[in-house]
Amino acid sequence: MSQTIAQKIFACHAGKDKVEVDELVFAKLDMVLGTDVTVPLSVEVFRRMGAKEVFDPKKVVLVNDHFVPAKDLAAAGLSKTMREFAKEMGVFNYFEVGRSGICHVLLPDEGLVKPGDLIVGADSHTCTYGALGAFSTGIGSTDMAAAWAIGELWFRVPATIKVEVNGDLPEWVGGKDVALFIIGQLGVEGALYKTLEFTGNAISNLSMDGRFTLCNMAIEAGGKAGIVPPDKKTAEFMAQFPEIHYEPLLSDPDAEFIEEHVFDVSDLKLQVAKPYLPSNAVGVDEVKGIKVDQVVLGSCTNGRLSDYQMAADAMKGRSVHPDTRLIVIPSTRDVYLELLDSGLAEVFTEAGAVIGPPTCGPCIGGHMGILAENEVGLYTTNRNFVGRNGHPSSQVFLAGTAVAGATAVAGEIAHPDDI
Amino acid sequence: MEGTVFKYGDNVDTDVIIPARYCTSFHKEELAPHCLEDLDATFVNRVNKGDIIVGGRNFGCGSSRENAPLAILGAGVGAVVAESFARIFYRNSINVGLPIFECPEAVRAARESDRLRIDINKGEITNLTSGGSYTASPFPARIREIIDVGGFEEYVRRRLSEQQP
Repeated sequence: MSQTIAQKIFACHAGKDKVEVDELVFAKLDMVLGTDVTVPLSVEVFRRMGAKEVFDPKKVVLVNDHFVPAKDLAAAGLSKTMREFAKEMGVFNYFEVGRSGICHVLLPDEGLVKPGDLIVGADSHTCTYGALGAFSTGIGSTDMAAAWAIGELWFRVPATIKVEVNGDLPEWVGGKDVALFIIGQLGVEGALYKTLEFTGNAISNLSMDGRFTLCNMAIEAGGKAGIVPPDKKTAEFMAQFPEIHYEPLLSDPDAEFIEEHVFDVSDLKLQVAKPYLPSNAVGVDEVKGIKVDQVVLGSCTNGRLSDYQMAADAMKGRSVHPDTRLIVIPSTRDVYLELLDSGLAEVFTEAGAVIGPPTCGPCIGGHMGILAENEVGLYTTNRNFVGRNGHPSSQVFLAGTAVAGATAVAGEIAHPDDI
Repeated sequence: MEGTVFKYGDNVDTDVIIPARYCTSFHKEELAPHCLEDLDATFVNRVNKGDIIVGGRNFGCGSSRENAPLAILGAGVGAVVAESFARIFYRNSINVGLPIFECPEAVRAARESDRLRIDINKGEITNLTSGGSYTASPFPARIREIIDVGGFEEYVRRRLSEQQP
């Protein structure tokens, strides 16, 4: 029987030769990720389960990223619970504030995920690691507690939707634009319970950064996972971890896909998703001129060096508009150092941006940049639901980093060519 | 169970079910006063124990926060009926014991303030106001087994205690 990448990963983690779509399997986990906002509930459930130790301290990763540095007393308590649990369990991969960062940028850069892995995380954007050819998906806190206790979880083997993307991307257009365009085409529930497998020459040519952005957004189409078949670029990325051995898995040529879509992105416009759904994607021209109070540059979606470089290029040495605030959040310590080394930290600071510490803060309306009543934001993040980023009357437009840079300078939604 | 319908549309997301600004707590009593606050600020004042939320497609989309079904439970809601559920919300609801039913026909027929009766075990939904009867999609057998032992927490607890020498 021919199988997709997703089926192959579930088969080998469930100790089977093959699995059928919709089959329920218990599958062993390669990595279980938790953050300060989801771990404390898991710790409570873990104790109630009567568990004494985690299944493998090397396969648990705990990251301080959501409400850090602690936004208030309650948040401080969440991190404290996670810190103490990590010590008690001897968790190998515990990331403290200052040595931490936004988990979905951090884990690949730390060599904690690899092609062919089965990964779960108590964060919905765990689907990011599909960019490396892993099957990686979000779960809640009870599932995470169970995963810590027994090292496996139940899954319904998902059907796969094949999305073939062809053509050379125009100037300024990147992974975020492809992601928003696809979500616009499929809708926010277009891939519900399913895996999205991205193929085609535009994906082969897409950088690893762009692939992380694309797979990160799979959940915004309802997807259980987004996967890019591992290739030469994947191997180049993994080459920075020579000690890691892996077996790249590919879908068989005659594997069954529940749907197939083919898109040509040769003429793709820079995309902007209007409030209040990520699927409200339109070309930037349709929303040009809308006044913006705050631009947020960063997040697990667009928080890598090339993202900041693209934004700075789009700003063309100009200052942030007097009526607009630009918040730049390097996603990890390493990315922060790259911003310093490359001179981008200086460029943004001199332009009038504020550089914050690595955190999910403004993306979830937690802290470090909340929108006031009726304010408008343009964010490089992943969701623009009602109230997510601040007051329920505030509005967020989602875009890639080129539009973010241009918008920060123009004070209104803009294309870099307008600057 | 029997309750009054609070009907909402498609894509009721976890950010409106319980905004992240309240997710420094994961106790349902503390989350409950803010349940659906950004979507319907009057909800928590109007809802009575056992009432039923009826949503459209993709109910619970967005974040992995288990605080979302906990907030709904804390508000006293007896069940959620929707055309479809987002994946993580579906798992989380099973795990925290929030009864959920996928039943597009019942959703389309239900109007705000209708009275519904639900047989939780059989998945039978009766609209007492309009008289219609509907059957929700059954849970797959292995999920049913987990629900029947008292949820995933209890399932894991039993499995761990069996492993003890």
